[in-house]
Amino acid sequence: MEHIRTPKVENVRLVDRISSKKAALGTLYLTATHVIFVENAPDTRKETWILHSQISTIEKQATTATGCPLLIRCKNFQLLQLIIPQERDCHDVYISLIRLARPVKYEELYCFSFNPKLDKEEREQGWMLIDLSEEYKRMGLPDDYWQLSDVNRDYRASICRSSQPLSGFSARCLEDEQMLQAIRKANPGSDFIYVVDTRPKLNAMANRAAGKGYENEDNYSNIKFQFIGIENIHVMRNSLQKMLEVCELKSPSMSDFLWGLENSGWLRHIKAIMDAGIFIAKAVSEEAASVLVHCSDGWDRTAQVCSVASLLLDPHYRTLKGFMVLIEKDWISFGHKFNHRYGNLDGDPKEISPIIDQFIECVWQLMEQFPCAFEFNERFLIHIQHHIYSCQFGNFLCNSQKERQELKIQERTYSLWAHLWKNRADYMNPLFRADHSQTQGILRLPTTPCNFMYKFWSGMYNRFEKGLQPRQSVTDYLMAVKEETQQLEEELEALEERLEKIQKVQLNRTKVKSKQSEPSKHSGFSTSDNSTANTPQDYSGNMQSFLSRSPSQGDEDSALILTQDNLKSSDPDLSANSDQESGVEDLSCRSPSGGECVPSEDSGKDRDSDEAVFLTA
Amino acid sequence: MEFSELIRTGRAQAELLRGPGAPPLRGTLCVTGHHLLLSPGPQATSDLWLLLLRSVDSIEKRVAGDSGTITLRCKDLRVLQLDIEGVEATLDIARSIEALSSLESVITSFPFFYRPKGLRLGDAWHFHPPEHHYKRVARETNAWRLSEVNEDFSVCPSYPRAVIVPRAVDDDALARSARFRQGGRFPVLSYHHAPSGTVLLRSSQPLTGPQKRRCAEDEELLRAVLAGARPGARGFIVDTRSAQAAKQARMTGGGTEAKAAYPGWKRLHRPMERGRPLQESFVRLVEACGDLEQSMDRWLSRLEGCRWLAHVKEALSTACLAAQGMEREGACILVHGAEGTDSTLLVTSLAQLILDPLSRTMTGFQELVEREWIQAGHPFQLRCAHSAFSHARPKHEAPTFLLFLDCVWQLGRQFPLSLEFGEGLLLALFEHAYASPFGTFLCNSEKERCLCEVRTRTHSLWSGLNQPKEQRKLRNPLYVLNPLAIWPSVEPQSLRLWQGLFLRWTRPPEPSEAAWEKVWQIVTDKEKTEGSQPTVSASEPQP
Repeated sequence: MEHIRTPKVENVRLVDRISSKKAALGTLYLTATHVIFVENAPDTRKETWILHSQISTIEKQATTATGCPLLIRCKNFQLLQLIIPQERDCHDVYISLIRLARPVKYEELYCFSFNPKLDKEEREQGWMLIDLSEEYKRMGLPDDYWQLSDVNRDYRASICRSSQPLSGFSARCLEDEQMLQAIRKANPGSDFIYVVDTRPKLNAMANRAAGKGYENEDNYSNIKFQFIGIENIHVMRNSLQKMLEVCELKSPSMSDFLWGLENSGWLRHIKAIMDAGIFIAKAVSEEAASVLVHCSDGWDRTAQVCSVASLLLDPHYRTLKGFMVLIEKDWISFGHKFNHRYGNLDGDPKEISPIIDQFIECVWQLMEQFPCAFEFNERFLIHIQHHIYSCQFGNFLCNSQKERQELKIQERTYSLWAHLWKNRADYMNPLFRADHSQTQGILRLPTTPCNFMYKFWSGMYNRFEKGLQPRQSVTDYLMAVKEETQQLEEELEALEERLEKIQKVQLNRTKVKSKQSEPSKHSGFSTSDNSTANTPQDYSGNMQSFLSRSPSQGDEDSALILTQDNLKSSDPDLSANSDQESGVEDLSCRSPSGGECVPSEDSGKDRDSDEAVFLTA
Repeated sequence: MEFSELIRTGRAQAELLRGPGAPPLRGTLCVTGHHLLLSPGPQATSDLWLLLLRSVDSIEKRVAGDSGTITLRCKDLRVLQLDIEGVEATLDIARSIEALSSLESVITSFPFFYRPKGLRLGDAWHFHPPEHHYKRVARETNAWRLSEVNEDFSVCPSYPRAVIVPRAVDDDALARSARFRQGGRFPVLSYHHAPSGTVLLRSSQPLTGPQKRRCAEDEELLRAVLAGARPGARGFIVDTRSAQAAKQARMTGGGTEAKAAYPGWKRLHRPMERGRPLQESFVRLVEACGDLEQSMDRWLSRLEGCRWLAHVKEALSTACLAAQGMEREGACILVHGAEGTDSTLLVTSLAQLILDPLSRTMTGFQELVEREWIQAGHPFQLRCAHSAFSHARPKHEAPTFLLFLDCVWQLGRQFPLSLEFGEGLLLALFEHAYASPFGTFLCNSEKERCLCEVRTRTHSLWSGLNQPKEQRKLRNPLYVLNPLAIWPSVEPQSLRLWQGLFLRWTRPPEPSEAAWEKVWQIVTDKEKTEGSQPTVSASEPQP
């Protein structure tokens, strides 16, 4: 690998960035696809794997007495701080990573070397899983030119999308005007159509000077024009940057956090996107009007808004498969510029913007409001976000369908959808109620302005700070209960069959009843749930008088650590499994009945101690 | 006093608007001694609508033409609107509600008249006596005894008759220590943590005053605490005031323990908000949550300005610190502020929830509330006289107990499988603390409850809540016994606004209700399957 200046550096320390506790000593490896840190601790030899394509920024900080710090920020919101003893090594790693994190050819991306050991046929089938022509048939459309959300079959109202018209101050286009007429006429239920411009009005007006702009209501008959101010990609990029700075704060006070979050504007932007989606969903469902949506180019805000509206209107998109279809349709096939927005190849940093991240967050905000409406769970969203950046699967490569075809993506890479579908058991929402009246039709949000429904998504942006997340998962617990119920039912059935046989052969002395005690074996999972208990953080602040030694935090580091096996299964979130393992460890050494904890044992295990210093004096 | 003197008009025609989600109700409005009733006409299908007048926090009236409107803001944060026919009737009803909802007499309050079917007077009052708690402590250690020095409430008017104290300290010494503590609240046992052999104590501030007085018996008491704990145990005094505030308290006769006087004990100051600022924080938050004009742009800074979440963080952190001191450092902890009836109880009760799996069960939690709040002398009548809507200038009101419930809710959110009770119980406790047909939260202390004969003349809330029909609402179907301590994260990212309480009446309840139903269904499906027998077993051949 010509870009790797040094493949291995020893005696590197991995700093726990929130904690002030001792860093883990280990060896850093650079491979063609990953940065790998392996801890020296002989009993664990913990591994941290980072895909080059996940690396967002690399920062070399001023050398200190202990070595040269290197800060790696990832696109999936992981943050790694390494201290490399020799400045020269650090420089080599830095230079290598700068290059490795910014490939110049698609062929350098991980998906072209990633091999999940499937044969050709399986791979092809994987790509067939999501078939858009099927989707248009489902919507009752023979014509695949418009995207249409056809929940409102009686009215034939539709959602259409385009880019801005090149109107300038006075230009007209008769054909375009006729086109809009045609859309209106296609829907006999309404005598007007909405044209929704998702930009702030000021931006749209500024575009006029450049010969672009928006529809003149005088020229188009029977349109209702509506601006919905969603900011542009540059504002969104800066907003995310500011929010991530807040997430990185070391033990922020409640005020630091809330002010920082507000100043980032992030939740305000999320709300703007949701509001636009809600407006369109209402126009279609309540006024039975067709809606034409556009922004400037028609592939960012338009994609966000149309897909939010579709989710609100059509329960199909709230299923596991339907959601894949929605992303395939509104994002991949309509030319959302994945490569530019998510910086897969080295390019203009000003093109990068978290557009689909915002859509994914909108879905999460809806899931929080409607816990029974979605077939999939939060993990599904997090894993999709992860893979949009990982470049491990071919789905999100390039900027358009055309480019993907030229690259022969389907012949050379694997499809994420097949992978997610295979593991769908992990992504199910146990609370999903397909039958419930609330989840069947349109999702109706409260009519009163409800700012409170927009919450900070710590499960995404603080994903790798396990200590900040709820320590027990309701989803996993309920899925386990459901599975157990199913097993019990199967066993019961088997027992019934056996009984029947026994009766047939008249084996009177067989004791069947003893079998009935078996189900209790399965209750095992409940104890493992308990084991997710944790250890305290530093609640004492800088009151040194209180704690002579730092309290232990336990082994909640797991999500950081990608072991090779897990990587092969391409699971971006190993928290569930490894958390429980570490919990078991915890249980054994720190059960209350065990009495005092032994300090030496603590400092050995203690990864996240002082994870956050909660109370500043 | 006759209620009838305060009722100016018996009845009127009215329409009731109950906020989003609930359809308006038309019928005859009626004011009685304790209730506001709306009886829909005979053709209506819905039942009688009933509101306890005690739960009205503020009332606003407007008249126009020949009708009027009364807006009732309730202590449980509900806002109701009554459109009434007739100007006179409106004004009369408004005046009646005003007079009846602010009556201060305890013995004429509704709990003394409430006689629900299926419950017997005296039930459940015996559930949680100090003796009960002592039994548990005595099983674990011999270093403590149950003292009845306060039998007639003369040593400490806000303590129960019996308290748990170090065995080595006699009643005379206790009485002397009591004279050295504000309100007589000498250090007593709150919780014994058996795994570490340490204890959690609470008291009020020592009355050192400007002369830095000392009290030998008080010092002896704390020495005995360390001697009775695990060998070599240290002690920490968690003062819920800032060091400066504690020092200033000397000017008014209070103060804090001098280091030299209490060897082995070290003082920590964790300032916590209390009193009026806490009440104002509550009022501001409720106002913000009810402001439908509030734009998203400024919502988070407004939430910040309310300070409520900062108080939640503060309370949880201090409780964690106390719990950590016991479990991790093997130290004994004494908690006090000034009076020792508010933030002190907040800290001791939360620390127990974190450490003690028993207190996370349904009965254990009820016992905790009874022991650490009601019997410990949290002045409910003063603190919960008004909720967030009252226009009256707050005197003694403070939502300390609500802050406790919010912290418990945060614990439940971070450990969704570890509490046997659900949000429903917390909401019920909030409601009943402010206005209740039951006697449990009446008065300010055991002494007052005794004088009013609350135990014999009213029903206990616990017997009301423990009826089988209430269980589905109150229990957490996800509960699995967790034998470990539960250490919450107190980072701002981990704490959330308690929407179930603060937005309870403004957001549609259906989505969360549907989720709750589904959770119950999944869990009961499993129980049913576990309990089922092979169906052919009916014809199972007998040996």
